[in-house]
Amino acid sequence: MASVPRSFLLLSIIPTILILCADFACCNTGRKTGDGLDTDFSGFSVPLEHSFEVDDVSRFRMRGALQLRGGRETSVSLSQSQLSEEDRKTLKEVAAVDGLYKIRVPRVSLTDRQTERQMDGYLTAFVRACSLVESHLSDVITLHTDVSGYLIGVSIVTIPGACRGTEVEDEVDLEAFNTTLTIIAPTNAPQPETALFIERMDIEHEKRGKPQEQKSFFAKYWYLILGGAIFLMASSSAQPSAGGAEEQQS
Amino acid sequence: MSKPTSLFVIFFSLFIMSEAVFEDQVGKFDWRQQYVGKTLFAHFDSHSQSSNKLFLATDKNIFASFNSRTGDLLWRHVDKVGPEGTIDILVLHGQDALMVVGGGRLLRSWDTNMGGLNWEAVLDTGSFQAACFVAIQDTVKHVAVLKKAAISLHYLTNGHQKWVENLPDSDTVQYQAVYSGGEVEVYVLGVVPNSHLTIIAYSLEDGEIIKSVEAPWLSSVESSCVVIGQGVLMCVDPATLALYTLPIQAEEAPQFNQILLQSLDLEVSLGFQPVLVSSQPHPARSPISEFFLQLGPDHHVLLQLNADGYTIAALRDFQPAFLVSFATTGEKTVAVVMTPKNETACDINLFSADSGRRLLDTTVIFPLDLNGGKPFKLYVHAFLKKDDSVDYRVLVQTQDHALTFIQQPGRVVWTREEALADVVTMEMVDLPLTGTQAELEGEFGKKADGLFPMVLKRLSSQVILLQAWLAHLWKLFYEARKPHGQVKNEVTIETLSRDEFNLQKMMVMVTASGKCWSRQSLFIFVWSQLFGIDSKSGSILWKHYLENVQPNAVFKLIVQRTTAHFPHPPQCTLLIKDKDTGLASLHVFNPIFGRKSHIAPPALPRPILQSLLLPVIDQDYAKVLLLVDDQYKVTAFPSTKNVLQQLQEMASSIFFYLIRSDQGNLSGFRLRKDLSTERIWEVVLPTEVQKIVAVNGKRPNEHVHSQGRVMGDRSVLYKYLNPNLLAVVTESTDAHPERAFVGVFLVDGVTGRIIHEAVQRKARGPVHFVHSENWVVYEYWNTKSRRNEFSVLELFEGTELYNSTVFSSLDRPHLPQVLQQTYIFPSPITTMEATLTEKGITSRHLLVGLPSGAILSLPKMFLDPRRPEVVTEHSREENLIPYAPEMPIRTEWFINYNQTVARVKGIYTAPSGLESTCLVVAYGLDIYQTRVYPSKQFDVLKDDYDYVLISSVLFALFFATMISKRLAQVKLLNRAWR
Repeated sequence: MASVPRSFLLLSIIPTILILCADFACCNTGRKTGDGLDTDFSGFSVPLEHSFEVDDVSRFRMRGALQLRGGRETSVSLSQSQLSEEDRKTLKEVAAVDGLYKIRVPRVSLTDRQTERQMDGYLTAFVRACSLVESHLSDVITLHTDVSGYLIGVSIVTIPGACRGTEVEDEVDLEAFNTTLTIIAPTNAPQPETALFIERMDIEHEKRGKPQEQKSFFAKYWYLILGGAIFLMASSSAQPSAGGAEEQQS
Repeated sequence: MSKPTSLFVIFFSLFIMSEAVFEDQVGKFDWRQQYVGKTLFAHFDSHSQSSNKLFLATDKNIFASFNSRTGDLLWRHVDKVGPEGTIDILVLHGQDALMVVGGGRLLRSWDTNMGGLNWEAVLDTGSFQAACFVAIQDTVKHVAVLKKAAISLHYLTNGHQKWVENLPDSDTVQYQAVYSGGEVEVYVLGVVPNSHLTIIAYSLEDGEIIKSVEAPWLSSVESSCVVIGQGVLMCVDPATLALYTLPIQAEEAPQFNQILLQSLDLEVSLGFQPVLVSSQPHPARSPISEFFLQLGPDHHVLLQLNADGYTIAALRDFQPAFLVSFATTGEKTVAVVMTPKNETACDINLFSADSGRRLLDTTVIFPLDLNGGKPFKLYVHAFLKKDDSVDYRVLVQTQDHALTFIQQPGRVVWTREEALADVVTMEMVDLPLTGTQAELEGEFGKKADGLFPMVLKRLSSQVILLQAWLAHLWKLFYEARKPHGQVKNEVTIETLSRDEFNLQKMMVMVTASGKCWSRQSLFIFVWSQLFGIDSKSGSILWKHYLENVQPNAVFKLIVQRTTAHFPHPPQCTLLIKDKDTGLASLHVFNPIFGRKSHIAPPALPRPILQSLLLPVIDQDYAKVLLLVDDQYKVTAFPSTKNVLQQLQEMASSIFFYLIRSDQGNLSGFRLRKDLSTERIWEVVLPTEVQKIVAVNGKRPNEHVHSQGRVMGDRSVLYKYLNPNLLAVVTESTDAHPERAFVGVFLVDGVTGRIIHEAVQRKARGPVHFVHSENWVVYEYWNTKSRRNEFSVLELFEGTELYNSTVFSSLDRPHLPQVLQQTYIFPSPITTMEATLTEKGITSRHLLVGLPSGAILSLPKMFLDPRRPEVVTEHSREENLIPYAPEMPIRTEWFINYNQTVARVKGIYTAPSGLESTCLVVAYGLDIYQTRVYPSKQFDVLKDDYDYVLISSVLFALFFATMISKRLAQVKLLNRAWR
């Protein structure tokens, strides 16, 4: 591992930027952004801070900047610097004592640009420092918004997420973050599917209805009716003759 | 194509149909108890001598009739909840019961025989003050209703209004009482506090006379005046310590006549407001001239107004006396006095009202329950015996809303615990093992100490078992000789033991904090009660009275130790928290016997934010309860050294969450080694947009048997079974029907990660939801279509499990797949719960409480987001019902057939020892207990199982084999010889 040329690695640690457009087909971006917001709505930047201390007392430091862009297509990107020598050392120490690696972002609104974007307070999330170390700083950060575009939560997971106790020998593995960034808006829960159901019922009805309509009652049972009629006629014509016979006898 | 589909549907309906109860099963596994609530008015049916009816009007807006011999409910009318249905007054005359309902909104007349409504009249607006019957020439024909600004007279026969009169100066004068003594006039008494008394006389044929009397000492007619004798108003003034009399009917301007209490040698207890008690036995006649004056909390005097109408004679002094009352039968009026006898009993005696002489042989003993409330009110039913002496029965209302009916000489005929009409939370606890079973268990529990003692112990326990078995045999033999009816089948605490399948349990119920405001002593008693009820019979085995529980308290009942840890007794803890201040207290008790535990709960000086039961157990097998206060400090209970050590060891893996719904804030904390906490995550839902209405985790005792679902193509779809998942339901602050929404968030309680976030548009609460296994079912009101809808969310990991051995919230990086479907539900609902079984093999049903009082057992199979729109081979293979937007309500799904549960508030489910059986308790106004079998009784043989046939066939086959084997051998032998 250690034999990999350092210069080659350095090349690849250009601050990773990962943009993930979250335009979920089903979600409601249409309504909340609709009216006054133009396409040229310029994004804004909020700090992403992190904290990892051996004594578990939060001391948040800058990790990077989140470029948020509201509007029809909510998007987010992250620019972050690499970890310093000291940070790497602390992170490994924190991981050794099973400490936590916490991140936080300020509460902001993605759509509201008149009022101050920043409300008081932060949204915080954490991941075990050891899993961050063992995954070689590859983490997935997800930002959650609510219906009106406020950021309501942030989450961080590492892939893989387990702490197996494997030693990360190479300091270089811990220099730059390999971050996947997503922003998730609430999905719209489905309504009862009445229209589709009625359509299906109609089709079924048609299928079932047609063969019955083709044959009418008379068409189906004409032979029975005919037979019955003949029988009736025969019996009615037979009876008077029988009566007549009796009369004749008496 | 269509034919298989319909066949398939028929198959399913057949499969589900067979759930209803058979006629002979009614009442076999279920019981219902009907309650009415706290009694406000009670009357005995005095219409006929032999009648044994009792009429009650209660604070739950219920008018009910009881059989006074048995205490059984004859009929009950449940009116609307809230001020619209409050019963202002209940008066009884002959066969008519008159009621003013809803703060003077309606006047109703009921037929007391059948409980039918005779008529109902809508009254003019105005708050109700008083009502009384009005009689002319000994017949009661009218009823007068006094409102704040008007008085109206109604015919008793049809409720039509005879006349209505506006009261003069109603903005300054407070009209408080109406009186009729059988003459042609009705008197309305009003007062301008501390100034004067106004008397208005209305003749029945219309016309008014106004009189004004100076009375600067009088502040309220209602609380300090009564009418006695021939229309004499008697008032008591606590300031001057005097009685005032005033003849109401006097022609010329009357004057109050003052009689100092000192002149009668009477003394009022310090700080006590004296109270008068009088009686008007018949509305067509004037009240009796004797009355009680209460001078202290337990001091009453019987006084008599002399014939001159000015002087008063003291007949008898009663001290100590808790409660007094008058009762009339025929022409005789008696005074009933309750006096304390000793710590555990009270005496009730009759006294002749006109002389104050004690009537012989009339003592009734009322047993005082130390775990109940004190007597609060007496309702006496007096009647004449054959020898013309007075006999009586007493209904005693105690502070805990219980009603006790007593007959001479002190036999408690029945008791009704009306506090159970307001159960707030409950738990079911397993019953303890029998002595012999416990002995065996105990043997295994003990530490091994050598081979020889172990053998001895084993032998001794075997001997005990043998003894018990012989005793059991003897009992069987002995009982078999006795006639059938004499075999006692009563449940007592001593005989309680677990049955074979653990179907009988102890129900521990907590009632809402009740209030009892006593006028006499000006104390407000606030309390709550704990009940222990046998789930098989519904009989109350114990009760415990908790004093000084704030009216807005919230309760949480926690089972810290079950009965499984013999010889340690089971232990329950009730956390009582004041909703406003957050200050909490703990009540630790034994759920089987109701006794308070000797374990001292920790003092909790700071408001408690959260309580959580850890799976950590101390050396006595009690689970540890953690209480988090407002400074995020943690208190452990029990807090022995052992526990603290364990907590320190696993502190880093103890996470908890806090929710501040007023700030929309959800935050997670981790425990530190020194029992302080650190905040590790935070999610904020802006309160401008939506507010959190409910948060629900999963039930800790829930088991899920299958990890996944087998699909049509034989692959497995694994469930996302996160035990830390929280379902958070929000409602939008915007109530406009187009913009209103209901939000459902699934949040991991350990990491704070939002697993799923969905918004139900055009929806409004109240939201009822159940969170279990890998699904959430919620119900809401669709504002656009104006209907109730059910939605189901299911979470799946996919076709591969991330880590199949253990679930950790910290190591589950991939989000689950979420499936959702919505259905129309044709009824509003009041509460919802899911069935629960021992191992979770049985399919789940949802138990839905409907406002009609029915409890619907809805198969979860109908709420499955994988129900296909178009039926395919795979979906049929999987037994998925084709999607239909409307959820059916089938009457055979009602588990309580015709035993409706009025105002159902909650449903509690508990597993039994049988995997197929789930115990259900629905509570509200009534309590209903039953068993449900969501997958039918697959592990139980039917009652009519033919043992004879099966065993005879078995034996026949066995012998046939033997014989044929023998024959075959003979044949073989013969062939060998050939």
